[in-house]
Amino acid sequence: MLDAVQRRILEEVADLHETPIGAYNIRANGQSAERQTTANVDIVTKADRSGIDVHILPHTTNESVHIPVVISESGIEEIVYNDFYVGEGADVVIVAGCGIHNCGDQDSSHNGIHRFFLSRGARIKYVEKHYGEGDGNGQNIMNPTTEVYLEEDAVMEMETVQIKGVDSTDRRMIATLAKGAKLIVRERLMTHGQQSAISYYHVDMNGEGCSCDLVSRSVARDESYQKFDSLIVGNAPCTGHTECDAIIMDSARVLAVPQLDANNIDASLIHEAAIGKIAGEQLIKLMTLGLSEAEAEEQIIQGFLK
Amino acid sequence: MLELRNVSFEVPSENSDNKIIVNNVSFVVPDDKFVVITGPNGSGKSTLAKLIMGIEKPTSGQILFDGVDITEMSITDRAKMGISFAFQQPVRFKGIRVLDMLRLASGKASLSVSEACTYLARVGLCAKDYINREINSSLSGGELKRIEIASVMARGTRLSVFDEPEAGIDLWSFQNLIRVFENMREHTHGSILIISHQERILNIADEIVLISGGKVTTHGRADTILPELLAGTSSDMTLCSRFHEEGGKSDA
Ligand SMILES: Nc1ncnc2c1ncn2[C@@H]1O[C@H](COP(=O)(O)OP(=O)(O)OP(=O)(O)O)[C@@H](O)[C@H]1O
Ligand SMILES: [Mg+2]
Repeated sequence: MLDAVQRRILEEVADLHETPIGAYNIRANGQSAERQTTANVDIVTKADRSGIDVHILPHTTNESVHIPVVISESGIEEIVYNDFYVGEGADVVIVAGCGIHNCGDQDSSHNGIHRFFLSRGARIKYVEKHYGEGDGNGQNIMNPTTEVYLEEDAVMEMETVQIKGVDSTDRRMIATLAKGAKLIVRERLMTHGQQSAISYYHVDMNGEGCSCDLVSRSVARDESYQKFDSLIVGNAPCTGHTECDAIIMDSARVLAVPQLDANNIDASLIHEAAIGKIAGEQLIKLMTLGLSEAEAEEQIIQGFLK
Repeated sequence: MLELRNVSFEVPSENSDNKIIVNNVSFVVPDDKFVVITGPNGSGKSTLAKLIMGIEKPTSGQILFDGVDITEMSITDRAKMGISFAFQQPVRFKGIRVLDMLRLASGKASLSVSEACTYLARVGLCAKDYINREINSSLSGGELKRIEIASVMARGTRLSVFDEPEAGIDLWSFQNLIRVFENMREHTHGSILIISHQERILNIADEIVLISGGKVTTHGRADTILPELLAGTSSDMTLCSRFHEEGGKSDA
């Protein structure tokens, strides 16, 4: 059973106030704590290493899978391999997320390696949220890797959010798209203090008519550092779009390294990147409504990261 | 009541002399009055509005609001005292919705959707189409302008300053906009200061202030000033004719 701290962190990362409906696997302090499967969604513990295999039957719809991870002991370091096999024509929501509560002096780290195999015409919405807290000296470290294999006409929509408390993150996403497949990524990131966040994306668009839309919005405060590194490869007639939009504050640093690689005359690839401080006139406008400068700043950031 | 006393605003220019943008301006906007400022492009009208809101600080002179010297006060404090300002060029925000903006403006986080909609309806926007839209680059210029006006109305303060509210508003909505201001004048207990080039807005003013080259050249009751203005005898028009002369010269 989960304790109160773990429950609260669970709320932060998965918006779970109670036991989720549908299939779930809750991992706490390095162990599988609670699990439920359904007629269409099976969850099996891996035999050779830590992690789970999630099998979703073809044409499963209106179901969700929650696989949150909670770490509340200091000094836990884990690597977890989770594989998702999504059957043909299925349409499901998968909610992952990792919350670390670290009040000790040792670093806690979670390295989640998630692989998604979507069969023909399968669709998933994948939501992951990373959150850290704790007043100890130990660092909260999260290094998620997401590997995505989209077969013909498969669609994956991913929402990834990291707003608070993660000291160091190095996230990688590698995706391969077949004919007509579609990948949509929405990243929201905020770093403060001495935090560092690296986002790396590599998308291979191999099939005719596939598309990818990758949008990152981030706010870098204090002395934090962010790197947005994306590579989109168009090997077929396809459309790709990446956008990195960052607000920089205080003495932060933001590095955007966008790369487009077109190997086909009908590959249409676009990258947009903008880094800048909050526009002075936006602050002024909100101040004319009676907000203080700090309140105005918060409103602008909140809206931007929504 | 708003009072400007010998307000000047200068900026450094390339040569050693400062450029005077607002030059020793004094006038009063009495309670419950509707005052329109007009004058040629570049005469300093928007700058004057920014000085009143605190976005710029005068290089000399004083600004008083309800008898309190607000010259050194911040934008936020002036806003809290009861001054609002609709920008000539409204600002766009990624992620802030029309509803959020109206909530911030009204100071009520609990402002209901239907209350917010009434403000939008008053500026002629079909509320349900707009309430959840972000105030970003997807809005047209006219839509943005109306939302800006609605947000100042939602504040309902004792002094509302509008900088060219008619700009970008289509012909068909213009009459409604006039009605909006007439309504505001009847129902709000506060003063309205509008910067405008539009005869139909000048028509409904109590008082008109004519600014030219950073100076107040004429100030008085609308019914006495307006005929003079329209007849082209004011200094405003003198400036215009000079413009034409110069244009003619360069053509030759
Ligand atoms: N910070 C500044 N530095 C230099 N020049 C300025 C500054 N602010 C305003 N000006 C100049 O002052 C003059 C008055 O500008 P202002 O925007 O107040 O004019 P306006 O009367 O509102 O004109 P319009 O009718 O075109 O809106 C212009 O010539 C403008 O270029
Ligand atoms: Mg102006």
